[in-house]
Amino acid sequence: MIDYLLKYPDKLLKAFVGHIEIVLITLVISIILAALLTILAAYSKIASKLLINIFAMVYSIPSLALFAILVPLTGLGKVTAIIVLVLYNQYILLRNTIDGLNNVDAAIIEAATGMGMNKSQILFQIKLPLVTKPIFAGIHLAVVSTIGIATIAASINAGGIGSVLLDGLRTVNTAKILWGTLMSAGLAIVVNGILNVIEKKFDII
Amino acid sequence: MSIAIEFKNVYKQFKGSAYSAVDNVSLKIQHGEFITILGSSGCGKTTLLKMINRLYDPHKGSIEFFGEDISNTDPVEFRRKIGYVIQQVGLFPHMTIAGNIGTVPKILKWPKEKIEARVDELLNLVGLEPSEFKNRYPAQLSGGQQQRVGLARALAVNPDVMLLDEPFGAIDAINRINLQDELLKIYNASKKTYLFVTHDINEAFKLGSRVLIMDKGKIQQFDTPKNIAKNPANDFVKSLINSAKGQEVFLED
Repeated sequence: MIDYLLKYPDKLLKAFVGHIEIVLITLVISIILAALLTILAAYSKIASKLLINIFAMVYSIPSLALFAILVPLTGLGKVTAIIVLVLYNQYILLRNTIDGLNNVDAAIIEAATGMGMNKSQILFQIKLPLVTKPIFAGIHLAVVSTIGIATIAASINAGGIGSVLLDGLRTVNTAKILWGTLMSAGLAIVVNGILNVIEKKFDII
Repeated sequence: MSIAIEFKNVYKQFKGSAYSAVDNVSLKIQHGEFITILGSSGCGKTTLLKMINRLYDPHKGSIEFFGEDISNTDPVEFRRKIGYVIQQVGLFPHMTIAGNIGTVPKILKWPKEKIEARVDELLNLVGLEPSEFKNRYPAQLSGGQQQRVGLARALAVNPDVMLLDEPFGAIDAINRINLQDELLKIYNASKKTYLFVTHDINEAFKLGSRVLIMDKGKIQQFDTPKNIAKNPANDFVKSLINSAKGQEVFLED
């Protein structure tokens, strides 16, 4: 195993960096899109229900099937992988945030409305600051699940740690399989730990 | 004296309900009166109150606020002219006490120093030491202290009309009496119009310069505590007074 690392360090590093790249791009797009959709959902009950239902449906499709469906449309490679990962994340992110927004104490909203705050003041000054916890919980979950599902993206030539795993499986190369497992699991565990620490630090309310 | 609030044949019926929560109510409230609205739960008293700051709109009839039909106002801006206190207080948990009290002044873009001075003034008014409470968060206060802050927040821009929806309903008896006395003091010093919803006959007769008794969406009697005690208008009012016999001290005041 160590032999493999010494022989092909650049191969492993390339897969690892490629994986992180997919994860980061996915997260940036996911969070921006989710923020926009959350604001839309906060202003319209119909939109909020529709979004949750649509993304719940998408989320229930197995990742391999979703990759396969999109390949004829967007081709093999990173772009398709990122689209699928972003779609999955929308459910995780929106669900947490919208649930949080809907569960803000009704008395707080009544007081805010009664004293003359308008809809956007209530959203940005009252509701959103009160749901930082569920928002962060959603982001946390999205990060970890993206790291995991991104390994499957190797099946459509998107690269990343999954490519090491797939190669290993195809050629029955134990070293490759072990390195692939170690890297993907290790990355998920380490990132999860870092996020736990951050969450504890920001635990104000 | 000017008329602060006038209801003209106001009806309000909620969707899916067979009867009107507020059923053909007409009334006039002079500016500077302390009106208590008394009735059991479901009698329409809270609905009546919430129609004044347009949390509900009547589906028939009209309401005038200092001679202006409120249906012509922008509800959000209109509400800033009215103080509003609710039983659950509804303080914003992520803001300090000063932040809570300064909410409406901040929306109205008061200068910072003016808001700070007003916060101190209001905290003193409701009996909380500013230096001790300003920077605390609502969760660090007792229920009674929280409602004092709720009151201060409602008074922030010195509104002409205060609406109070069972504000002391969840507060223990001793604190409640204190708060009632302090509220009366604040009212007497302000000469503003107060509307106070309660189901406690004691509280209604103690605080109100006039008491509005409601049942099933209709006004049963609207008079001074003395006159109501002397001449109950109907059986409902009679039974209400009988039920509160132990508290005659206030009725004979």
